[in-house]
Formats: sequence, C-alpha cells, structure tokens
Amino acid sequence: MSTVSRRSMITAGLSVAGGASGLAGAATVARRYGLIPPDGGGLYGPGETLTYAAQRLLTRHSMAREFPTEQISKTPFANAVDPLGDAFKKLQAGGFAEWRLAVDGMVARPASFSIAEIRSFPVSSQITHLACEEGWSYIAQWTGAPLSQVLQRVEILPQARYVVYRSIQPDWWESVDMADAMHPQTLVAYGLNGSELPVGFGGPLRLRVPRQLGYKSVKYITRITVTDSLKSFGKGLGSASPEGGYAWYAGI
Amino acid sequence: MADSVWAPASGSFTPAATARSRHSAVVRATHWITALCFLALLVSGVEILLSHPRFYWGEAGNVLTPPLFRLPLPSSRATVPTGYGYVLPDQNGWSRYLHFQAAWFAVLTGLVYFAYIWQSGHFRRNLLPARGELSRRSISMALTKNDPWSYNVLQRLTYLFVILVLFPLVIWTGLAMSPGFASAIPDAVSVLGGQQSARTLHFFVSVLLVLFFAVHVAMVIAAGFRTRMRAMITGQASSSNEELR
Repeated sequence: MSTVSRRSMITAGLSVAGGASGLAGAATVARRYGLIPPDGGGLYGPGETLTYAAQRLLTRHSMAREFPTEQISKTPFANAVDPLGDAFKKLQAGGFAEWRLAVDGMVARPASFSIAEIRSFPVSSQITHLACEEGWSYIAQWTGAPLSQVLQRVEILPQARYVVYRSIQPDWWESVDMADAMHPQTLVAYGLNGSELPVGFGGPLRLRVPRQLGYKSVKYITRITVTDSLKSFGKGLGSASPEGGYAWYAGI
Repeated sequence: MADSVWAPASGSFTPAATARSRHSAVVRATHWITALCFLALLVSGVEILLSHPRFYWGEAGNVLTPPLFRLPLPSSRATVPTGYGYVLPDQNGWSRYLHFQAAWFAVLTGLVYFAYIWQSGHFRRNLLPARGELSRRSISMALTKNDPWSYNVLQRLTYLFVILVLFPLVIWTGLAMSPGFASAIPDAVSVLGGQQSARTLHFFVSVLLVLFFAVHVAMVIAAGFRTRMRAMITGQASSSNEELR
C-alpha cells in the first residue's frame, strides 16, 4: 500500500494546490473585471459569484423577452407592501405634484426631477414578464423614461459602477450594476397597461428592471445615487435584500 | 485498471476474496458530492416551493389566476390562499442562496463525471446495456439475480434515464425560470410553454428524481446496505458470494 499511497498523496497534494491556486487566480481575475457581486463573501459567495459572473459574461446586452398585447395578464397581482407612511400619503393627497426624484452621487450635474419632468424624457414602453422570487408572475405593459436617459442627463462620471435607488418607504433600497442601469429596458416607470402606474404596483414612480426578479423593481422611488462602491451603503452588501437574506443579483 | 473487475453479468469472472475496487475514486467522489447537492437542492427546493405552493401553465400566473393545481400545503406567504389558518416562517432567502449554490456544484460535478465516464469507458462498458441485453430474459434475470460486480439491464436503463434525461431536464427547466437566462436564450423558455410551465415541469422532474432517490436507497438496503455503502465509500467490495442473500 505504501508506494500507492505515496503516489496518490503526491497527486492529491498537487491537485489540491493546483485547485487552490486556480481558485485564487480565478477570484483575482473576477475581481479585476467586476464579476464578484457585493454579497459575494460568506457561505453562499461562491454560488452567487458563479451566477453573477456567468450572467455578466453571457448576458450583458441581452434583451428581456417582450410579448404581444394579447399576452398581457388579465389579473396582474400587486404584491403587498408595508403600510404607506405619512410622507407618501401627503404627496398622494397632492396628486404627487410635489413628488421628486433626486439623482446624485458620481454625476456632474445632480438634479431633482418632478414626475412631469420624468415624463418629458423620451417615452419607452415594453410588455414584459415580472416574476416574483416566490414563484408567481404577470405580464404587463410598462411605460417610463429609460434610466440610461436620466443618467445621461445628469452626466454620470466615468468611474461610476453601481446605481443605488431608494423607495420613500423606510429601509427599501436596491442597486444594480451599470450593465443593468444603462440597459435600454431599465425604466423609471410611471405607466402600467396604458394608464398611470397604480399605487399598488409602485406608482407614481417605480424602477423597472425586467432582467431581474420583481424585488429589484423597487416601488415609490425618490432617490437615485450613482457610486463607484457599495461599501458605504447600509451593511455594504449592495442593497437591503442581502441584509434580509436575499441575493443582491436577482437575474439568477 | 480498476475497471477490469466489472465482469459482464454472464461472464465467468470470479472476484477474488481480497478487496477489489468496485467503484473508481472519481465515481465515488462525484456520487457523494452529487448526493449532498441533491439533499441541499431538495430541502431548499421544498422551502422555495412553500412560498407559493400553486402551479400554472403558460408564461404567467399568480394568486388571482386559476392554478393548474395546487398542493395541499401551508405557505410562507400570507398573500397565498391555502386554507390553512397560519403562515409558515419565511425561509426563502437562504433557501434560494443554497439552491443555486448546490445547483452550481452539482453541475460542475456532473461535468467532471461525464468527462470521466466517457474517457474511461465506464459509460460504454457499464452503463450502456450490452448487446442483446434488452431482452425479456435478461430483464427477468435482472429482477432475480443479485450481482454486486455489475449493473444489470434495469439498473443501466434507470441510471441512463437519470443522467441523460432527468438531470438535463431539471437543469433546463430550472434555468428557464431565470429572467437573465430567458433574456439570453428566449427559445429555451418558449418551447417549454413559458416560464410558469417551466416551473411546473421543474416540479415534476424533481418529483421523479425524488422517486429515483427513494427506490435507489431501498435497493441499496435490500441488496445489503453495509457492503453497498462500503463499496461506494471505500471502493472495497469482497467476494460476490457474500453478497448473495
């Protein structure tokens, strides 16, 4: 047994060393090309990194499927949200005329847009599938301003890597990388199925990210912040979702 | 080569009483990694399912849509009408993290396994039914004879069905639920009938895999739990006479 085990021990040792240095090398390359998600540490880091890296290598420019009008769901479902706060109710009572969407961070010209100003951007419309991570879904027509247009207006700086967006509801914020932020189907949405976006579905303004699950499409957005790092936001995991146990990248 | 100990079922090869390698190291390692991944996928899959134990056909479906069928289970979401007076705790977050990580490990392990069985001849020699083996006689022999040194024709067909049909299907239907994957390869979703159809099919394929797992474990116990486990853990198996009950 001794000769066999020596050879197999050498082989095993070399494989372990090779595997470990291969992993370390892969991690360095992944970090260099921004393929590690902000929640890529910890127990589930390897799986999340594989998912996010694979998606970024293969689907950076892919388009979410769009459907014909007759496939729009007759019964879309507005998922439950926490009770809306006083700040929201006050703005709602004023017909959202005072609603503002602030855009700041790594931009040359920070701005604050009213809903009328958001509506003055080029209009984009899409009939896409919204899937909740729970398993249910609906198809609806979303209308809004492409986020890329809004970001171009405020002139994002070249070092921008992520876009953070917040709801008026406390502790509800998300972020996406520039691939999703600048994607032509990512909308600051104000319309649903030809009408104003109902409050239940996120009106007056919802960030619609059709290449990711529904929880990335945050309702009632009031602030967009462009940044080069997510470290200083919340616990540094990228968004409120990982802090609540859910993955930051929801394109799976 | 360790492979030489796999004698054909009808052969005259008599394994020595001394320990021989029944399963190669690659087969043993990939078997147990896959087993761990399977259990992780099963537990996390059930938890994910509990957040919406309803199924639909087509592209879209939600609690306002008539379901294709629903499972008589409570849910971890208050928005789902289940008939139960309580809501289960939300375990969806870690379940999803674990599900996708285990899926990655299983797929990578599967790639190693396929490369190995192809290159080593294990696939051709031990998994493909031998010529003339697809007869009624060899199938009835498979049901009565217990040969620990070779897979009989029913085992071969079952393993082939699992690794060539069920595993690829469960990966495909799983990927078809991913919005990123759907954007990259839309046809892979539409030929399944839509994303909700993919979810429903994913459930059924998983049920078949659980059935396979149950029968597999039952057969291992029936054929001699200790010797079969030893063979798959250490690779050691002794004289076939010892195996016959």
